[in-house]
Amino acid sequence: MKFTSLVSPFLAWSRAAKKADTIPYPDRANPGADRYRGFHINDTEKCIGCGRCAEICESVTIDMIPIEGLETTRGDSGLRPRFDYGRCCWCALCVDVCSTGSLRMSNTYSWTTENADTCRFTPGHDEKEWDSAPKGWRQDNDLLGWAGSPREEMPVVLPDVRVNDFGEVVEGYSVEQAIEEASRCIQCGLCVTACPAHMHIPDYIRAIADGDPAEAVRLFFDNNPLPELCGKVCTRECESVCAVGYQGEAIAIRWLKRFACEQFDSLTDVLKTASMPGKPNGKKVAIIGAGPAGLAAAYYLARSGFETHVYDMRKEAGGVAWGAIPEYRLPAEGYDKQMEVFRKTGVRLHLKRYISSGMLKAFARNHDAVFIAAGLQDSSDFSFPGSDLPGVKPAFEFLMNTPENGKQPVGESVIVMGGGNVAMDTARTCRRLGADVVISYRRRIEDMPADQEEIDEAIEENVDMRTQTIPLRVETADGGLRYFYAEAEMVPSPDGGRPKPVRKDDEEHSIVADTLFLAIGQASDLKFLPKELSDQLEMKWGRIVVDENQFTGVENYFAGGDITPGVGDAITAIADGLRAAKGIRDFLR
Amino acid sequence: MGDPDVRGGGVMSFDEATDPLKTTHLFFGPQHPGVTGNMSIEMWFDGDEITKAVTHVGYLHRSFEKLMERRLWIQNFPLVCRICVPEPDINEECYALAVEELDGILIPERAKWIRTLVLELARLGVNLMAFGGQAGTIGLGTGAMWGITLRDFILDLFEELTGARIYHIYITPGGVRRDFPEGFSKRVLHVLETIEERLPEFDRLILNNSIFLKRTVDVGVIPPEWIAEYGLVGPVARASGGVRDVRKDAPYEVYRELDFEVVTESGADIYSRALIRRREIDLSISLIRQILDRMPEGPVAVPLPNFTEWRVPPGEVYTRVESSRGEYGYYVVSDGSLKPRRIHVRGPSYVHAVPLLERMLVGANIADVSNIMVSLTTCPPEIER
Repeated sequence: MKFTSLVSPFLAWSRAAKKADTIPYPDRANPGADRYRGFHINDTEKCIGCGRCAEICESVTIDMIPIEGLETTRGDSGLRPRFDYGRCCWCALCVDVCSTGSLRMSNTYSWTTENADTCRFTPGHDEKEWDSAPKGWRQDNDLLGWAGSPREEMPVVLPDVRVNDFGEVVEGYSVEQAIEEASRCIQCGLCVTACPAHMHIPDYIRAIADGDPAEAVRLFFDNNPLPELCGKVCTRECESVCAVGYQGEAIAIRWLKRFACEQFDSLTDVLKTASMPGKPNGKKVAIIGAGPAGLAAAYYLARSGFETHVYDMRKEAGGVAWGAIPEYRLPAEGYDKQMEVFRKTGVRLHLKRYISSGMLKAFARNHDAVFIAAGLQDSSDFSFPGSDLPGVKPAFEFLMNTPENGKQPVGESVIVMGGGNVAMDTARTCRRLGADVVISYRRRIEDMPADQEEIDEAIEENVDMRTQTIPLRVETADGGLRYFYAEAEMVPSPDGGRPKPVRKDDEEHSIVADTLFLAIGQASDLKFLPKELSDQLEMKWGRIVVDENQFTGVENYFAGGDITPGVGDAITAIADGLRAAKGIRDFLR
Repeated sequence: MGDPDVRGGGVMSFDEATDPLKTTHLFFGPQHPGVTGNMSIEMWFDGDEITKAVTHVGYLHRSFEKLMERRLWIQNFPLVCRICVPEPDINEECYALAVEELDGILIPERAKWIRTLVLELARLGVNLMAFGGQAGTIGLGTGAMWGITLRDFILDLFEELTGARIYHIYITPGGVRRDFPEGFSKRVLHVLETIEERLPEFDRLILNNSIFLKRTVDVGVIPPEWIAEYGLVGPVARASGGVRDVRKDAPYEVYRELDFEVVTESGADIYSRALIRRREIDLSISLIRQILDRMPEGPVAVPLPNFTEWRVPPGEVYTRVESSRGEYGYYVVSDGSLKPRRIHVRGPSYVHAVPLLERMLVGANIADVSNIMVSLTTCPPEIER
């Protein structure tokens, strides 16, 4: 035994003279680190109640609970996460996957309470002392990307190839791509709140992810009998509220619907009993207009056993949706597939039948109910000097008359006035007919009511966007037209509305073109309504006002689609049809 | 003490070793400060000499392996760390390596370096605690406190880097969860300096301590032939001359690029094992310095699929890392579904704390029980997953 080994341990006493490492808790407690995982903080304003946190929590700490004073609205479930700190393991997975990034953690690690029940609370709603803690674990989605992912890119035909013909722009997902895209869905169901028809979106996405598109198609028909249409040209309210879209790209819900329909040559084979007529109940319904609203109502009524007659003045069913949307967006193939379903379900289509006011009166007498879904047949009136010249044409009529066949010559240069989907469709159709196209619009691109996608694709196809232009007049000029316009600047509206275009200076600009299309909007033509009916109907902006069952309040008349006030897109019309079918069922019970 | 081979359980029959007329019967643990974690040893002893020892485990059984079969792939990553309190990161690392191999995920270079750093910091913390703890078992509580104090400085670093002191939940499949905070490397180096500054004091207190020497030299001897017989790994094997270190034998992450030698001793007793820990502290410090010197820039994680739809392709894989106790492995089986089919955790504590300890205790002095047990640095939660 060495002497040093007897003595050296005692040198440890030298520590007694040095500063202690121990922290006297709680008098001088250290604050948690900058990214400490402490008690949760939730920005309830930012939170949309998607429930992703509760879904991912491995210790079942989080319950999504309704909050007093918070309603379920479009894109917000009205629920907020409640944490049970008896279960939390502080892993912060909930924070890292939070769709909106509303959830974070404070660096508070200690909290004393006398009542154990208070350890279960809703951060953000139940106030806590750490709610304003500046430090703590935050989401870093740029680094991890757990809260949002990029979309599976949809293959499209390149712009300089696609302007040569009317072939479809979008090529469609492959099976692998569709499964990949469907697998991005977090199944929160917020999309259902935004879809006018409240389709079973999470369920059909799950079916596609599971490789069962047939199940997806069956789910479509539960509340939308026109998935072929909506899979291609829907306005996608659902995607605008998608939780994945907050920090990534929204799930391509429309393209997935398209994919599921594309997998089958015949939808009736997939639908089986869902495409068969219901047991006849001896009642008759007349439907005016074979557009999305009329067809949707007809399908559900026929499935419930009603004898359903649909009348339309055109030679083909499908309304404006199939009539005016060009081939490159909505090809004809899907049409037959859809119509087969209606035929098989027992919907009786009477085409090329203009309904006069006398006939409508007769229908109301010899049918149990009448559903008016005649849509908008007229272009809005818009006149300015020269708008009656022969080269100035309404865009809507141009689109409705199958411009794809080339029988409506547009010349070498075209001007389209307007910024909606009709304007874009007209412009892009004219590009395909070989013309150079200029779009003249009073406001800015971001103010255009057209789908962003349509605007982008039009720009890709070299459509010349002249925005902030105020039309002055049109004159004839060596065989064509000369369109004069002034430049506008945007002036903020005093009442807080959207900015208004106001003429900037006295300067006049002009363009020469062969044709000028007016795409200023459509109007309803209510001439077919009997006088005594139109006197009783409540009208708003020239449209028929209805209740939540699409009932007009007069006799047995129901109305829906574009003829009633509303957004005026296909899915809203379909939702109207769906509601009308239910309303008529209840009305005749 | 005699030749440990002759003292083996085979010499005395069970009835002889537990004869109630000759022996005293006593339970040691499960609640006893000298026991590592919650396990107990049922002992019979004649005078001061133990004639028979039977270990009892199961007090900490939380059914981790079964729980993992019922959780999504990502949900297991906050769970696995709980299998080992002092060194949770090895579990995260093994699990992440397994999932990455099954799903073909390649992680960024910087993530590999950060992972290695985290693993070495954790090892350093454990070794500081174990080295001090070895002194604690023979009544030198100061050593244990010093070890824990130094480990606490490392926990501060973990808190800053990962957001938590004990369960870091940091090494995720696909990389690591966060990059370094501002000025982190500097603070790591500062902690290393503090530790190095205090190590000589530590050595004087423990290694050059006559009582420590008396209680550890030639006590708890593990003959080299037991290494193969029991499958001993890590510091236990290395103290008996075995050259076993997964960091060298099957390098993972960036160990292949680091310059180090496997630390071995030949004393085979408790003192050698303490010495191994002491030298491992130096090794970890050197490795951390090398890592900080050469840390590349770049991303630290790659995107993962949607967690609620993440199906890891079918397959099976065994991943292993060197823990502070030796080779530590995960056997993961996927059937291509949303959750793992089977996960088996293979830690070294089972052999070290059950068959080896039962054999080592026969013939040992009753006062050396916790001394021997702590020298094996066993971790009961790892025995009963």
